[in-house]
Amino acid sequence: MRSRWRTLDRQLLRDVLAIAVAVGFVGLSFGAIAVASGMPAWAVLAMSIFVFAGGSQFMAVGLLAAGSPIAAVVGGLLLNARHFPFGLAIADVLSGGPVRTPGDGSARPRRHWGRTLIGAHLMVDESVAFALAQPDRPRRVQAYWLTGVLLFSLWQLGTWIGVEIGSAVGDPARYGLDAAFPAALLALLLPRLKDPAALRVALAGAGLAVAASLLPTMTGVMVPAGLPVLLALLGLLAAGRAPRPAPTSDRVSDHDEASDSASDHNEEGARR
Amino acid sequence: MSPATLIVVIAVLGVGTYGMRLAGAVLGGRLQLSPAVGRILPLAAVALLAALAVTAAVTEAGEVAGIARPAGVLAGVIAAWRKAPFIVVVLVAAATAALLRLAGVP
Repeated sequence: MRSRWRTLDRQLLRDVLAIAVAVGFVGLSFGAIAVASGMPAWAVLAMSIFVFAGGSQFMAVGLLAAGSPIAAVVGGLLLNARHFPFGLAIADVLSGGPVRTPGDGSARPRRHWGRTLIGAHLMVDESVAFALAQPDRPRRVQAYWLTGVLLFSLWQLGTWIGVEIGSAVGDPARYGLDAAFPAALLALLLPRLKDPAALRVALAGAGLAVAASLLPTMTGVMVPAGLPVLLALLGLLAAGRAPRPAPTSDRVSDHDEASDSASDHNEEGARR
Repeated sequence: MSPATLIVVIAVLGVGTYGMRLAGAVLGGRLQLSPAVGRILPLAAVALLAALAVTAAVTEAGEVAGIARPAGVLAGVIAAWRKAPFIVVVLVAAATAALLRLAGVP
């Protein structure tokens, strides 16, 4: 574990801190809004610790205040269902086995259950996005844990301060924090969109999700929260076929692309 | 909101969310994935994250989210595209949205 942190990338630490501070402020406004809606402090703090998923927490508080606890649970779970495919996508990061696998990395590392069980709770959009933005497994593991631990800590701290100072907190939109989160996610995704298949999938998925989100206003059809984002999985149909593995020329060009983007990363890291 | 209701809501939401987080992580490591599925899974995460970011940028509770927020996000993305450091991206996005709102743009 220690060797993982000795090589901690300072660039990565700075990037993660930037978003963790923004998340802390969102947690602060969550705490304040929840208390203002009439929720007792212990419940607000417990929700941040045990649910740790901002969107569903805001929604649950709103629906609880409106007197519909069942909708709060069902809506929150639907909103959080995206964590299942997230987990599938970053299962190698959460296996918890040795960070550096010998050879070509095709051998599956042995599972370390403690790390899987704790790591799963740290799965949020940002920790997944930071992990996916890294070029190799050791850095994916490092980015995931760093983001997860920092965000969890600041989310709790933010919630607690928000509960304490309550209604003194203004609307987070006044500070533009609502724009920071989507911009950060897109910035993390950007390098991956060099792959044309990923770009097609991202555009199709985002288009479908926005269309589905706006459906209630346009047509009056009710769409449960969380469903539009899950509909984005249909965007995978735009991925097209995998490049054939058999011809050697394809292999070589694939490999070149991968190492190019990896060295891009290193140069950027060194430059900053 | 009785304490019992709150406890049940938080417990079910917490356990359910954790279950979905853990299920993906465990199943993904356990199944022998075909190369096609191995290729699709990271793309699935890309689709979900892009959808999440774009819906959060342009919609609010099923309606269009005004101008300031999408403009802020766009400014951040342009900064990222021009290879600005990550913290600059975050600050540009927030500052653009905040200044537009200060100027009275919704």
